Amino acid sequence: MSEVMQSQKESNSSALSFHTQKDRKDLVFVNFGPSHPATHGTLRVLCALDGETIVAGIPEMGYLHRGFEKDCEVHPYTQCIPYTDRLNYLSAIMNNVGFCKAVETMLNVEIPERVITIRVLMCELNRIIDHLVCVGTNLVDLGALTNFWYAFNPRESVYNILEKVCGARLTSNYIRIGGLSRDLYPGFETEVEAVLDEVMVGVEDMEKMIENNRIFLERTQNIGVLSAEDAISFGWTGPTLRASGVESDLRKSEPYYGYETYDFDIVLGSAGDTYDRIYVRFYEIRESIKIIRQALKRLKPGPIMTADKRVALPPKEMTYGNIEGLMNHFKNIMHGILPPMGEIYDATEAANGELGFHIVSDGGKNPYRVKCRAPSVMNYAAYQQLIEGGMIADAIAILGSINVVAGELDR
Amino acid sequence: MLTNTELQEKIKSLLPGAVIGMTDTYGIVDVETNQKLPQLIQILRDDSSLKFDMLLDIVGVDYSEYPEDKPERYGVIYHFKSLAHGHRLMVRIYLDEDEPEVGSIHDLYKNANWLEREVYDQYGVKFLNHPNLKRLLNHVQFVGHPLRKDYPITREQWLTETDDLMDEMDVRLREKGYR
Repeated sequence: MSEVMQSQKESNSSALSFHTQKDRKDLVFVNFGPSHPATHGTLRVLCALDGETIVAGIPEMGYLHRGFEKDCEVHPYTQCIPYTDRLNYLSAIMNNVGFCKAVETMLNVEIPERVITIRVLMCELNRIIDHLVCVGTNLVDLGALTNFWYAFNPRESVYNILEKVCGARLTSNYIRIGGLSRDLYPGFETEVEAVLDEVMVGVEDMEKMIENNRIFLERTQNIGVLSAEDAISFGWTGPTLRASGVESDLRKSEPYYGYETYDFDIVLGSAGDTYDRIYVRFYEIRESIKIIRQALKRLKPGPIMTADKRVALPPKEMTYGNIEGLMNHFKNIMHGILPPMGEIYDATEAANGELGFHIVSDGGKNPYRVKCRAPSVMNYAAYQQLIEGGMIADAIAILGSINVVAGELDR
Repeated sequence: MLTNTELQEKIKSLLPGAVIGMTDTYGIVDVETNQKLPQLIQILRDDSSLKFDMLLDIVGVDYSEYPEDKPERYGVIYHFKSLAHGHRLMVRIYLDEDEPEVGSIHDLYKNANWLEREVYDQYGVKFLNHPNLKRLLNHVQFVGHPLRKDYPITREQWLTETDDLMDEMDVRLREKGYR
């Protein structure tokens, strides 16, 4: 929003209150959250309202703080992986991948081709469901309930596949350091193809319902605008930064897992408002579908775990058949994975943006320190600037569009 | 885009005496004095060949149980990324055990305000000139700094008071011109 518009709003509101001087008695203080359905989690904002206009907003976080980073310090690397599921629980496998990739880089482990392809597949499936939830619930916040079912039905079908692959819906714990916990099931490819079509139908139906919808357009266009400069200064990454018109995607700029060999485009917005943030996600779903179709073609049979003895358990016949295998198994279970001493930061492009892990290793089986760089923190840090001067109903729409997930916000 | 070694040479020459070494294999730059840190970071942000326009994260570390010798107990690591050039940088500063203090960079990057609050909350590092150095993740009544190595993971605290946030609201309303 331009400064002119903002000052207009402020002058209007003070004209309504018939005072020439701004007086605190005219304000109503409202707590938005921490357990309000529209916050999609446990976020709290104390708002000072003049009519329906937010004069000042103080966001607070920490209601879902469970000490993920402290927990990691007393658990072996493998046991940290389930904790990462609970960060951004809407795309759990992407967090698994982020953490495991950091540890693998530290150990310099080569992972097999099939593992890489499956990880790309899973990441993109997770990106799709994360975006579907974000867009679907965001539209519910605007009053468009029907869209929600069009988003959540295909999401459910994706979860059916994930459930078959790893046994759980949200807390998947699927990726292991050096590989995967289990292989795909027979018939996976055809089911994914069917789901992609279903997702595409859902997305197109949703777009048809909102593209000419006046309520939707007026409530999202030029609302919650963040300039590219501010977005960079706030450390925004991922779809929210791209909606502000900045071309930034780790899959393109610092490619990993062979993303440079896939044919897909970066989706960019121009205005940096709620509308752009929703539409960037719509189009990113299409790009993810493109990547999945290419990845399915590359899926070749092969091992799903590296042969590196430092991280992989030996095959069962080795464990039971000879002493070296037994010792290897014992060492890996009892002593754990031992990365060399040092510090590393490694990042992947998760659904919300750059998900980074800063890991300090003292050479032992537990990480000495794990710091998760969660994209939601940066998104939420900008929230105060986005809502002040706007209407309270718009604050809810903005919150949905920056997709703050309390799990990774509070860690 | 500069390579890691070029980057390090360049930063060494920027502020004489501020940089003591480039240690780790992953390209961490160690900085010596905490007085000069905001100054150095401003140069990192504004220099045309460096242009670190994005602050990715601020990480606190307590090295008290680390097997390797470290100059001081606490470390604060700043992660930077340059969208313009595509390079990254980690800057580490060591802070003393009794009074860990370092200059704040909240005026250089907008997200630094919250990131510094988090490090203060978890490690008790004081950021000088920070406008609102309050706990971010833990509750206002919480005693101690949980990510320090001498804070046992099993210690529980009974917290009863609600944080009404009016202290922050007062400041904000005064900024907006309300009496």
